[in-house]
Amino acid sequence: MPVVTYISHDGAINEIEVASGTSVMQGAVDNMIDGIVAECGGSCSCATCHCYIDEAWLDKVPPASEMEKDMLECVLEPEDNSRLSCQITVTDELDGLVVKLPASQF
Amino acid sequence: MTEACCIVVGASHAGGQLAVSLRQQGWEGRILIIGDEPFLPYNRPPLSKTFLSGEKHIEDLLIRPEAQYEKVGIEFLLGQRVKSIDRNNKTVTLNKGETFAYDKLALTTGARVRPLAIAGSELKGVLYLRDISDVEHIRQFIGKGKKAVIVGGGYIGLETAAMLRKLGLQVTVLEAAERILNRVTAPQVSEFYTRVHREEGVQLETGVEIQGFVGQDRVEGVQCGDGTVYPADLVIIGIGVIPNTELAQAAGLEVENGIKVNEFCQTSDPDITAAGDCTNHFNGFYQRNLRLESVQNAMEQARVAAATLCDKPIEYNALPWFWSDQYDIKLQIAGLSSGYDELVIRGDQNGSRKFSAFYLSKGRVIAVDAINNPQDFMFGKQIITRKLLVDKAGLSDPEISLKDFLKK
Ligand SMILES: Cc1cc2nc3c(=O)[nH]c(=O)nc-3n(C[C@H](O)[C@H](O)[C@H](O)COP(=O)(O)OP(=O)(O)OC[C@H]3O[C@@H](n4cnc5c(N)ncnc54)[C@H](O)[C@@H]3O)c2cc1C
Ligand code: FES
Repeated sequence: MPVVTYISHDGAINEIEVASGTSVMQGAVDNMIDGIVAECGGSCSCATCHCYIDEAWLDKVPPASEMEKDMLECVLEPEDNSRLSCQITVTDELDGLVVKLPASQF
Repeated sequence: MTEACCIVVGASHAGGQLAVSLRQQGWEGRILIIGDEPFLPYNRPPLSKTFLSGEKHIEDLLIRPEAQYEKVGIEFLLGQRVKSIDRNNKTVTLNKGETFAYDKLALTTGARVRPLAIAGSELKGVLYLRDISDVEHIRQFIGKGKKAVIVGGGYIGLETAAMLRKLGLQVTVLEAAERILNRVTAPQVSEFYTRVHREEGVQLETGVEIQGFVGQDRVEGVQCGDGTVYPADLVIIGIGVIPNTELAQAAGLEVENGIKVNEFCQTSDPDITAAGDCTNHFNGFYQRNLRLESVQNAMEQARVAAATLCDKPIEYNALPWFWSDQYDIKLQIAGLSSGYDELVIRGDQNGSRKFSAFYLSKGRVIAVDAINNPQDFMFGKQIITRKLLVDKAGLSDPEISLKDFLKK
């Protein structure tokens, strides 16, 4: 199973096995990782699943939809590597993915 | 001494989150969730959206998989209903007679559909939509070309109409009030959704008085006050919900259009908290009592209730928000619009499928309906919580970024 590493704003590291086909958000929620709230359950409506993609993985993650881009422009502390984790599906190609979680979702 | 036990009644958005939050906040004792549906907590919103259409399956709906609850020691008793609470002895009793002792109790009993008790409502094919089993019923009656009548033009009715159109049914929506979404949005937003549903081929009638359902064994039509009969292979009734408060009321807890809770989600018994659709709370932001029906409220109150049970109280003060997906339209609503004295429309409400409606009270924004406009929703939320006085001309001009309002 692909492994995704979640790094909290305080530096805590969680390496989690996430089944292919589920989202990066679901992997965090399933494992009760603080820092991803996911109020809308993954329907790209709330932006409480904001994360930062590690630079090394930026070109391997498929691009954001227009709706997601619009949402990302308004999150607290947006960065170029900002994404909504519910919109990223884990695949074998993403095995090893590293994401950082913003302080604002704790 | 035996280990402390927290019992949670109701296994849905609020109950599941409450149990998880208890663990996250350091509750070391036993946690037992008792729920009368046969499923682990699942996401309810897709029931009228992607689950109805068949894009999502039951496994996809679960909020968390079973193994994750096991890992942190959260126990479930599913398909069982709590019949009564004995606050003196601190026990709950199930329908089947079994009794469990609690140290702390959390009520997350949610809400049930409001029934429409009129002639013919017992006919096969007269259905509701609240849980998985309802969708399974609906599925038995749908098929290309079949005729569906939706009673009630609220969000759930309209979402269902959109999905059934997508599945190739002929759809009629009948609303008793003069406009759809009457209770929740401004007339301009109702007009917009009326136009969209008609463009998508839905027959939409307002001001309709429904007298009964006709048919032998299965429903065949909906009979209205003016004599019209709308033919129907199935009817879905969506006229609102009633909070499940009987259990709390019988136990002597304070109930008034929901189980009364304070800002810490505590009921009138300090060992009992409540969260989600079943509660009525005093909202600090709007300065009045509210009973909300949203996932966000269920989750947020669950966190607050868990903190209270762990003696680490935090105050509930989230701005309500809600979403609705219909066709290619994502509606995001922040805040509550009731009591607004002015409406500002941003964008083209008549020709396009993208605009926002800002509800103002005394010059301040109290709510926004953002239609395919996530930026207006996100910035709108901040404008509301910061209680900014806004320039209306700027607000109505989509060329001016709302970000500029926040810089001031
Ligand atoms: C079709 C549909 C679409 C929706 N769409 C949206 C949306 O887009 N966005 C949004 O924010 N919200 C939406 N909602 C509302 C949202 O689903 C509710 O606000 C949410 O489910 C509330 O969660 P809850 O845990 O408080 O209550 P509920 O989900 O109602 O759960 C309560 C549970 O407790 C059980 N229970 C009750 N009494 C007992 C008892 N005595 N013993 C044992 N178990 C008991 C019930 O059977 C139920 O399983 C939608 C709802 C529906 C039905
Ligand atoms: S979970 Fe709501 S936008 Fe990702």
